[in-house]
Amino acid sequence: MDRRTFVKSTGGAVLAAASGGLAAPAIAQGAKVLRFVPQSNLANFDPIWGTQYVVRNAAALVWDTLYGVDEKLTPKRQMVESEEVSSDGLVWTFKLRPGLKFHDGEPVRSKDVVQSLVRWSARDPMGLMIRAIQNELVAVDDRTFRWSLKKPYPKMLLALAKNNSPCSFIMPERIAQTDPFKQITEYIGSGPMKFARGEWVPGAKAVFEKFADYVPRDEPASWLAGGKKMLVDRIEWVIMPDPATASAALQNGEVDWWENPIADLVPVLRSNRNIQVDIADPLGNIGAFRMNHLHPPFDNVKVRRAVLAAMNQEDYMRAVVGDDNKLWKPIPGFFTPDTPLYTEAGGEILKMRSLDAAKKLLAEAGYSGQPVTCVVAQDQPNLKPMGEVTADLLKKMGMTVDFVATDWGTVGARRAQKTPPGQGGWNMFHTWHAGADCINPASYTAIRGNGDKAWFGWPNSPRVEQEVENWFDAKTMDEEKAAIARLNTAALEDVIYAPTGFFLSYQAWRKNVSGVTKGPLPFFWGVSKA
Amino acid sequence: MLSFILRRILATIPVMGFVALFVFSLLYLAPGDPAAIIAGDQATPADVERIRQGLGLDRPYLVRFGEWVFKILQGDLGTSIFTSLPVTQLIAQRIEPTVSLMVVTLFLAIVIAVPMGVIAAWKNDTWIDRAAMAMSVVGFSVPVFVVGYLLAYLFALKLDLLPVQGYTPLSEGIWPWFENLILPAITLGFVYIALIARITRASMLEVLQQDYIRTARAKGVGRTAILFVHALKNAAIPIVTVIGIGIALLIGGAVVTESVFAIPGLGRLTVDAILRRDYPVIQGVVLMFSFVYVLINLLVDIIYTLVDPRVRY
Repeated sequence: MDRRTFVKSTGGAVLAAASGGLAAPAIAQGAKVLRFVPQSNLANFDPIWGTQYVVRNAAALVWDTLYGVDEKLTPKRQMVESEEVSSDGLVWTFKLRPGLKFHDGEPVRSKDVVQSLVRWSARDPMGLMIRAIQNELVAVDDRTFRWSLKKPYPKMLLALAKNNSPCSFIMPERIAQTDPFKQITEYIGSGPMKFARGEWVPGAKAVFEKFADYVPRDEPASWLAGGKKMLVDRIEWVIMPDPATASAALQNGEVDWWENPIADLVPVLRSNRNIQVDIADPLGNIGAFRMNHLHPPFDNVKVRRAVLAAMNQEDYMRAVVGDDNKLWKPIPGFFTPDTPLYTEAGGEILKMRSLDAAKKLLAEAGYSGQPVTCVVAQDQPNLKPMGEVTADLLKKMGMTVDFVATDWGTVGARRAQKTPPGQGGWNMFHTWHAGADCINPASYTAIRGNGDKAWFGWPNSPRVEQEVENWFDAKTMDEEKAAIARLNTAALEDVIYAPTGFFLSYQAWRKNVSGVTKGPLPFFWGVSKA
Repeated sequence: MLSFILRRILATIPVMGFVALFVFSLLYLAPGDPAAIIAGDQATPADVERIRQGLGLDRPYLVRFGEWVFKILQGDLGTSIFTSLPVTQLIAQRIEPTVSLMVVTLFLAIVIAVPMGVIAAWKNDTWIDRAAMAMSVVGFSVPVFVVGYLLAYLFALKLDLLPVQGYTPLSEGIWPWFENLILPAITLGFVYIALIARITRASMLEVLQQDYIRTARAKGVGRTAILFVHALKNAAIPIVTVIGIGIALLIGGAVVTESVFAIPGLGRLTVDAILRRDYPVIQGVVLMFSFVYVLINLLVDIIYTLVDPRVRY
């Protein structure tokens, strides 16, 4: 008997006697419960309306997808049994697996899929592209649906399989009829776990229970593909805003798995013999700061290039993740390292790290000391140090810096302002992108150069846009790679944004938990607890 | 007395009205956009605008304020922007942990601080007095979160006696409930104990100089009876006042304590709502806390009449 159990039993006995014997009811006798600390609070639960990663991660338990990418980033069938594409590439016909059921007992029908795709395609960048070339999307019978297009879309399966938010989760028709810009109020899916809505305390706890009627595929699980076999009966997400508390709870055995321990606490966790620590997501993250292309001084491409020429990604990465060299690497480009389309084409400017070259470019641009309004979120551990490194860099270059220290909520609102910096706008803000979003241009909103429709900073680069189109139309991997190499070069020349480096993060779990894998989201299938 | 209570309750109406106007206006002027947070990084500005419209955040200040006040008058605090759950439901989910934490803290603080202050006054200028006051200085000086981390490290991680975090509802048993509250209550009570102990000591020192105490001593009344019956009762008004004022201190401290010990209470609800700009939740919680604070002040005024019969309203 350990000390805690002893205290529990004696303290409990004394207080129970004093209180007339109030007893704690058991949640589920003999049930295997996995307690997980997610990256942040599950504040809403509509993966189409709210596209935060934490929502997608929870949604992957409750809602299934037609296809899913595996660890090689290849789309694999999931709810779909078979598909056929016409020889001209214009008509896709899909057939669902038999026996698929929603958590309310209703079978999954084609009409549910069609309505779910309608809602998803109104919000997703790839979905919007398909919608723009769509002839019709119809249910043929209960298990078959057809998508007819005006022009071929070779990336159809990737669109339906991708893990980037929003994923094309399948919901019952009545729920999927909700306006995509309004939140759903029922959380019924056909995934391997049911959402215990009655136990949901936003900001504190979310509970998922095993769905007995779920029929996993026969293939081994690999990321979002394969058989999603649940080896625990109940998963409790325990929200812990304080990393030190989460660390202590994991060491004390009060939780089993922590999604994102901060680098500072990793040595403490490693020293505990009951805890395993490993890289969470091999696709990692790409740090970034964006310059506003609409206003001086960054409306001048030479000023933007000057910043790229001066910056040293190592400074940023050491500030963000510390001295653990396994956690970061410089990237002379925009795409995720160790993925098929990764390229360094045109990346020489990021290898210069030369203040002299930067000052020369500034002089050529005619920079005359206009202030740079640099908006930095102080409540984001990754962004605050990046902002400080940038401010220091700009000062060394001889630029005037107006450093605006604020919170992420304010940055989120301010970066959407197109007005000049002096009227509520901005010149520069920092962010980061999940590496999973940067493996190709499909979901890589931040790389686009379509002016007014582009991401914050509104870069206008017809060359980048042309290469994005070329990649979508590419029919072979060689064609895709060639398009991406040209895109990387063009994006660096026009300075769509400034990448500050590639970095990884850790996850940690108790050693009595097995089956934890590395991936862009925590995959709970195949995870068991002794 | 009854008319006093009635008048005081009626007086809360303009106070609450002012608080409502102030909180709503402050949040309206504060930077930040919940629609941008909801939409996420992949959203286009048009998506963000449509979400903003869907939430009704694009409407004029007066329209939104009017609707909010109208709903409040019907007992409806609105709906959370993020969870789509009624604010009253969110508060109801979170009220038990916070009330439990505050009640246990209050109990611990009074039980420890009042005797500490009384004894320090009685043993004025001795090492006992100095030790008690040194402890209260430490209580004031050390931030709540530092105390919390130290206690968690010692009693949970090193000695493995108590849990690090979480909350167990009272319905699941008294010990599981109490076990989770011990460390947070000590943490939160630290500064409160210091405050009450100092006020008790100062008040008692003044009373112990009074003639009637000397008379009681001369009559042979026992030391305990002098201290806790005669002196403490007469020293009680400032102590009761500071306990009442200290509730605000507890509310503020609960925000930090609930974060350190991962207690799903109203403090954390407030912080989460502020960071996400969940306006209806912030407004609802602030309004509720203001109402509670006004009621506590009323309760303190009523207690005055019980401890000092000379007080009349």
